[in-house]
Amino acid sequence: MASAAKAEQLDFAKTPINSKLSAQQKVRLLTEMVRIRRFETESLRQYQAKKMGGFLHLYNGQESVAVGCVSLMGDDDHVITAYRDHGHALAVGMTMNECMAELFGKVTGCSKGKGGSMHFFAPDKNYWGGHGIVAGQTPLGLGLAYALKYKGVKGAAMCFMGDGAVNQGCFYESLNMAALFDIPVIYIIENNGYSMGTSLARSSSFKSCLAERAEGFNIAWGQCNGTDIYEVRANVQTAIERAHNESKPTVLEIATYRYYGHSVADAKHTGGYRQKEEIEHYKQNHDPIQVFKRRLIEEGTLTEEKYEQLDEAAKAEAAAAAQFADESPIPSEESITQDVYFEVDRQTEAGRTGKHFFND
Amino acid sequence: MPLIEYRDALNQAFAEEMERDPNVVLMGEEVAEYDGAYKVTRGLWQRFGSKRVMDTPISEAGFIGMGIGASMLGIRPVMELMFWSFAAVAWDQIINNAAQVRYMSGGLINCPIVIRGPANGGTNVGATHSHNHENFLANIPGLKVVCPATAYDAKGLMKSAIRDNDPVMFMENTLLYGEKGEVPEEEYLIPLGRADVKREGTDISLIAHGRAALTALKAAELLAAEHNINAEVVDLRSIRPLDEEAILESVRKTHRAVYIEENKPFCGVGAQIASMLQEKAFDDLDAPVLRISSMDAPAIYSPELEKKQLPRPLDIVEKVLSIC
Ligand SMILES: Cc1ncc(C[n+]2csc(CCOP(=O)(O)OP(=O)(O)O)c2C)c(N)n1
Ligand SMILES: [Mg+2]
Repeated sequence: MASAAKAEQLDFAKTPINSKLSAQQKVRLLTEMVRIRRFETESLRQYQAKKMGGFLHLYNGQESVAVGCVSLMGDDDHVITAYRDHGHALAVGMTMNECMAELFGKVTGCSKGKGGSMHFFAPDKNYWGGHGIVAGQTPLGLGLAYALKYKGVKGAAMCFMGDGAVNQGCFYESLNMAALFDIPVIYIIENNGYSMGTSLARSSSFKSCLAERAEGFNIAWGQCNGTDIYEVRANVQTAIERAHNESKPTVLEIATYRYYGHSVADAKHTGGYRQKEEIEHYKQNHDPIQVFKRRLIEEGTLTEEKYEQLDEAAKAEAAAAAQFADESPIPSEESITQDVYFEVDRQTEAGRTGKHFFND
Repeated sequence: MPLIEYRDALNQAFAEEMERDPNVVLMGEEVAEYDGAYKVTRGLWQRFGSKRVMDTPISEAGFIGMGIGASMLGIRPVMELMFWSFAAVAWDQIINNAAQVRYMSGGLINCPIVIRGPANGGTNVGATHSHNHENFLANIPGLKVVCPATAYDAKGLMKSAIRDNDPVMFMENTLLYGEKGEVPEEEYLIPLGRADVKREGTDISLIAHGRAALTALKAAELLAAEHNINAEVVDLRSIRPLDEEAILESVRKTHRAVYIEENKPFCGVGAQIASMLQEKAFDDLDAPVLRISSMDAPAIYSPELEKKQLPRPLDIVEKVLSIC
């Protein structure tokens, strides 16, 4: 078993997209995963210290998916995801400061404190959110990709979603149109085995896997394991090439796992709908950071000391972000009614005509 | 001035804006090869081709969401709902995405999309096809809502809606598509948020939106001919943004007001206006502000009865006489 798994790992390392990685790029991939984990762990600490309100959906365990996918993005590739969005945000290059400040509801947050944990955005980095309604982002991802095609740009939109999101109708409407109109969208199902407290088996009926449902739409689909970031990259690269060269959609399901509860308010996630042993099993055998770290150390790209350094740096960066967020001011009361209408914000002729707000 | 149908006025607006801006696209069920279920997009597919005028499958949530996503990247989609009633299927996309994405991104994103189609009862198609959603949608900060009553207003407002950088919910009316009105040959725009006094008067303000504004005009003629009452008719045209000043100005002159709409009464547009008037024109009012809405029950099919369910000129006359 162990050697078979190892042989498979080696295979993905040999795919062109991975074999050409420099030592520096490999360490960068690892660093990005570690940064996400440290950010999430720090945000949990801050949540427990009552520094933020609302929900907090942590990405720990799933880091290889966001980092692997985003690492393949070119200038004209775009990303949109659901509410478990911190990992994708950091992966596209948003700073820990703006993300943590958003969690704290501060004016220095990426959305000026108006979005919160589930609604991070950075259109300048081709990152279109952060969406709180399960599968609500799936038609939007289609629209982003449609816009690229309309403009004649060679790009793709990666639309991330959970295993629970596949049961929403608008996802299938989107698949149909993606195939019908040859739209370069890539639906990436991050299958972490659960939608809140409902296991995959209790939520979805399928033959071999969820992505296979794409077969009926005549859409290329695939399934892979998220433990090895090389495997993620190899599979996503195929989808990106299909989007760029053929303007065709793909549905890719990536097996992954979350270590914390659905959100921090989920006390039943150990010993309730899943057992502690299951979580431990993943941490021991499938942790994407540990697996990749071991590989890099074995091949001599990384040392234990260097890993400690990058881990410490990520921890310090997260702690500094928490301090930044803590010291940042809250948004002004006037800002409650700003950023609602473009025309009003810009005080254009349209924005100055008629009453837009009814507070008085 | 040429007399043209309301539907053709809209058609001209699309064609002109598509000529002007290559990012304007039309999408919806049957809008291209079939010329539109109500022929509003007639001839545009032949003229602009499949890239600019696109038939979609019957997937309101999917294609409205697709339009919203495309608008975030700078496309300016004009999306047809065959009936605004079907927006219920796309509610999440409109309310949670189009309306909120600018706010939740702290102003980094905007959605220059127009969602349009007929929103009216009165055609004997039963309750599922006869909804008026303007009050629901105007309730959502982030959305704009427009309800033109005439061909002239439809064209001018549609051109502004397409150029607007926020999501505009554009509500037409199947009973008006064939109505002719004067539309100038030269280009014009009507800003959102400006009401139109469609009849000047001194004794009472009949304030209305959509087809109800035309009903109010008919009532005003009856009031003048039979009751010596000179009614002013204020057509809001745009619900949000709202021309509050125009309403107040009229009521300060006439001291009486009736709101007429095809919306349902509970939390309808008229309720908002009545509340505003009692607050801001209390001392100017000589009588309570009254409202006439579509009768408060689902839209009935029975053709003879459905006529009675919507405001008719005589209903307005009767209300007016109760306070004049
Ligand atoms: C339309 C809608 N229904 C229900 C919810 C509540 N909800 C939030 S997340 C979630 C589970 C989704 O699970 P999955 O898609 O697997 O994503 P994961 O949380 O595992 O990342 C539910 C039911 C919601 N946000 N939106
Ligand atoms: Mg899940």
